[in-house]
Amino acid sequence: MKRWLPVIIFFVLVGFFAKGLFLNPREVPSPFIGKPAPAFTLPLVGNEAQSFSPADMQGKVWLLNVWAPWCVSCRQEHPVLMQLAQDQAVPIVGLNWKDKDREAAQLLAQQGSPYAAVPDDLSGKVGIDYGVTGTPETYVIDKAGIVRLKHIGPIDMDVWKNKIEPKLKELGA
Amino acid sequence: MKKLLFAILLALAAPTFAGEAAPNAEDPVIEQRMIRLAEELRCLVCQNESLAGSHAELAEDLRREIRAQMKAGKNDKEVIEYLTNRYGDFVLYQPPFKPVTYLLWLGPLLFLMIGGVVWYATLKKRRALKDAPLDEKRLAAAAQLLEDNK
Amino acid sequence: MIPELGHFALIVALLLALTQAILPLIGAARGNAALMAVARPAAQGQFVFVALAFGCLAWSFLTNDFSVENVARNSFSQLPEVYRFTATWGSHEGSMLMWVMILGFWTTAVSVFSRHLPDEMVARVIGVMGLISVGFLAFLLTTSNPFERLLPAPPDGRDMNPLLQDWGMIIHPPMLYMGYVGFAVAFAFALAALMSGKLDAAWARWSRPWTTVAWAFLTAGIVLGAWWAYRELGWGGWWFWDPTENASFMPWLAGTALIHSLAVTEKRGAFKAWTVLLALIAFSLSLLGTFLVRSGVLSSVHAFATDPARGSFILGFLAVVIGGSLILYAWRAPKMLTGGAFTWFSREAMLLANNVVLLAAMGSVLLGTLYPLFMDAMGLGKISVGPPYFNAVFVPVMAPVLFLVGVGPLARWKEASLPDMFGRLKWALAVAVATGLLLPLTLDGFNPWAALGFSLAAWILLTVLVGFRERMKNGARLGSLPRAFWGMQLAHLGLAWGVAGITLVANYQQERDVRMNAGDYTELAGYTFTFQGAESFPGPNYQGMRATVEVSQGGRKIATLHPEKRVYNASGMPMTEAAIHPNFFRDVYVALGEPLDEEARSWSVRVFHKPFINWLWLGALFLVIGGFLAASDRRYRIAVKKSAVPAGAATQGA
Repeated sequence: MKRWLPVIIFFVLVGFFAKGLFLNPREVPSPFIGKPAPAFTLPLVGNEAQSFSPADMQGKVWLLNVWAPWCVSCRQEHPVLMQLAQDQAVPIVGLNWKDKDREAAQLLAQQGSPYAAVPDDLSGKVGIDYGVTGTPETYVIDKAGIVRLKHIGPIDMDVWKNKIEPKLKELGA
Repeated sequence: MKKLLFAILLALAAPTFAGEAAPNAEDPVIEQRMIRLAEELRCLVCQNESLAGSHAELAEDLRREIRAQMKAGKNDKEVIEYLTNRYGDFVLYQPPFKPVTYLLWLGPLLFLMIGGVVWYATLKKRRALKDAPLDEKRLAAAAQLLEDNK
Repeated sequence: MIPELGHFALIVALLLALTQAILPLIGAARGNAALMAVARPAAQGQFVFVALAFGCLAWSFLTNDFSVENVARNSFSQLPEVYRFTATWGSHEGSMLMWVMILGFWTTAVSVFSRHLPDEMVARVIGVMGLISVGFLAFLLTTSNPFERLLPAPPDGRDMNPLLQDWGMIIHPPMLYMGYVGFAVAFAFALAALMSGKLDAAWARWSRPWTTVAWAFLTAGIVLGAWWAYRELGWGGWWFWDPTENASFMPWLAGTALIHSLAVTEKRGAFKAWTVLLALIAFSLSLLGTFLVRSGVLSSVHAFATDPARGSFILGFLAVVIGGSLILYAWRAPKMLTGGAFTWFSREAMLLANNVVLLAAMGSVLLGTLYPLFMDAMGLGKISVGPPYFNAVFVPVMAPVLFLVGVGPLARWKEASLPDMFGRLKWALAVAVATGLLLPLTLDGFNPWAALGFSLAAWILLTVLVGFRERMKNGARLGSLPRAFWGMQLAHLGLAWGVAGITLVANYQQERDVRMNAGDYTELAGYTFTFQGAESFPGPNYQGMRATVEVSQGGRKIATLHPEKRVYNASGMPMTEAAIHPNFFRDVYVALGEPLDEEARSWSVRVFHKPFINWLWLGALFLVIGGFLAASDRRYRIAVKKSAVPAGAATQGA
């Protein structure tokens, strides 16, 4: 029996490796799932007199989409978000992250805005509070203000249909 | 080495005149604390660099944040808590000691103990072994085989 | 045309590898001499064709043939010629090709230097190595063809990763692979012995020099990697416990255990089953490292571009090769206790302790490297395991090994008494402990880690000297001592030297991070660094900024250093080239940070004083030389020379 021990250990390892091939070591889970979305108050892009706070969305299921004008893959997901906005699928709030060159207002005016509100996180501090590592990232927040899902990377139709939409249904959006 | 140290002390005591380069950090003490802490944290964008060594923008932002918090009087534990609350245990290069990491932290000790038991058991068996004459014979036969093959 | 020729050569090599694997193994099982005789020519032919493929790939790189995808991705028309050549093994495909070529090289070496071995043994060894070649050639041809065309060809390439454009990287991978793949020889010998059931002292003697040489190459490869990181990454560190580094370190630990247990098996006939298992483990860990680096299951700085198809292929191959060999071991390994009796402090017992601790250290590195994967796979969350963990765990686990290095070589075989050992070593022990306690006080106050490091280094050094003295007392002259003894002593001395260097640099290095304008100076460890400005210059494939920093000590100028900052044309990647002034006692290390104003007159500059860092490299050099010296001992050599004629005749007769 002792001599079979190396074989057993090895095949247990192989099992883990096989599983590991289909996991992404770079995808960091959010510690906020199931916890209240961090509060903040930020001025709106293009309308600095007004401000946005997650409390404004109380009673609604909504998406917080972290994006930036300088981010290439955000442009990739822009048409998808436009489509969702057109279908009035869910209110989307676009957190404009570290827009140092102040391009967001112009870009949204040109290409259309899918957002219900665009809070302006110039310093990037709110992004850090949400544990953002890179744009785009999207959070699903429920009626009570609890974070239910985080998606890292651009949203495409596949992600929407299989990941986000089912979650929204479950939350009664 | 002692001489070197002496020289440093001298250098530090010498009056600073024009041309002495300023340290990059405003507050070298906080900077040192920040670097020491950041070396044990993972940069999330580049993934396998420490927060201290990374040039990524997010790493710079986080270093600034750590510096600010230290200046505000927070201790290392509070700063680490601030980061793990946002990014999870993934940022820690030194994983916390909790039930799911017991095996990780105690594993090396466990390996050494298993090794010790194996060593002890083997030695006990070996000591009890009377020097088998048969084996010496086999050893000689093997040596013979080597000679034959030369 | 040339790339197609290379592709074709790989296909031929695969067919030859199949021949090399199948026919000799069948021949050995059936006692068919004709089939066994296929082994040598097939192996040599396979090597020639793989080398031809490698030459074709190198040719494509040297001639900037960007219609080859591999070249387009990893080379650039402005890349200097020497890097265009080394880019051949800079990519996943190219480095895999080099892996197979080196395997072919080792197989050919076995086929040439095995004239004194029984034909059956040779057939099995070469056959097993052929099986491994088959796997990797198939892997290359199906998932990682280095000759894939990209049509239409892009006008220029995307450039080699700037990190790799350094001469440390030119020789690091070949050395590393010589080590990794070299363990395949010990692996094949072990499997051949298990198949034939002839697991005797002769088997151990045959495997020993091969294993030692592979180990020496692996040591050189690992240290070259550390040296490269030290000079090239710009933060003055040399080991980061990255999964890629661990992947090369684990086979080294197992290989170190193996060369020591082989000694017992050869000299005393004991630990046979254990030694065979270690030989299997050492090469299995090499294969595992290949899988970890190339499959993307762990995130790492150096990882190659990853692809699940490749990962699945290697994993399947791993399961067959390692799983198969371990099953064979479980089934065929000797169940009897072999060898004679020995006591608590005999050399056998010490070497067993060495093995046990080295394997515990290897297990710890494996555990730390794979733990994030375990947690992720079981859905327990994601964690990181990094340098703080490994440093905390590895040092205490390894310390007993370093202590044993002092005791083991002086213990007698079979039976040694503690009082006798203590009598011979009491002075060494006392001086070593005193060094550890007192030396840190002269430097920077007491520090337990420095004390431990110094004690162990002094302990090894002194016991090596005791070893020489005892031999001389018995009437031996230095020149007449066998090379195996010299090799062992040099390697142990190198270890002591390296430990001393690591202890010093880890505990007493100093650094300073300053902003400098032209004319500014800063002082560190008694050295004055004067910044004389930076100017831009065009590199062959990058734009550079080169600073001039004058280093003086006590008012006397000792060096002018030129740290650089580069931005590579094709990738836009910034790189730091540190400038180092080395000597026997310290490195003075200057790295250029970021420019602090628009005109690049003011710079952030990092200066380091690294005491005794070079002892680390010199110690490693001694380890490597020790390994080669031990492997060249007359015991192994005579057998080859003497046997050249009769063995050749025997083959013809067969």
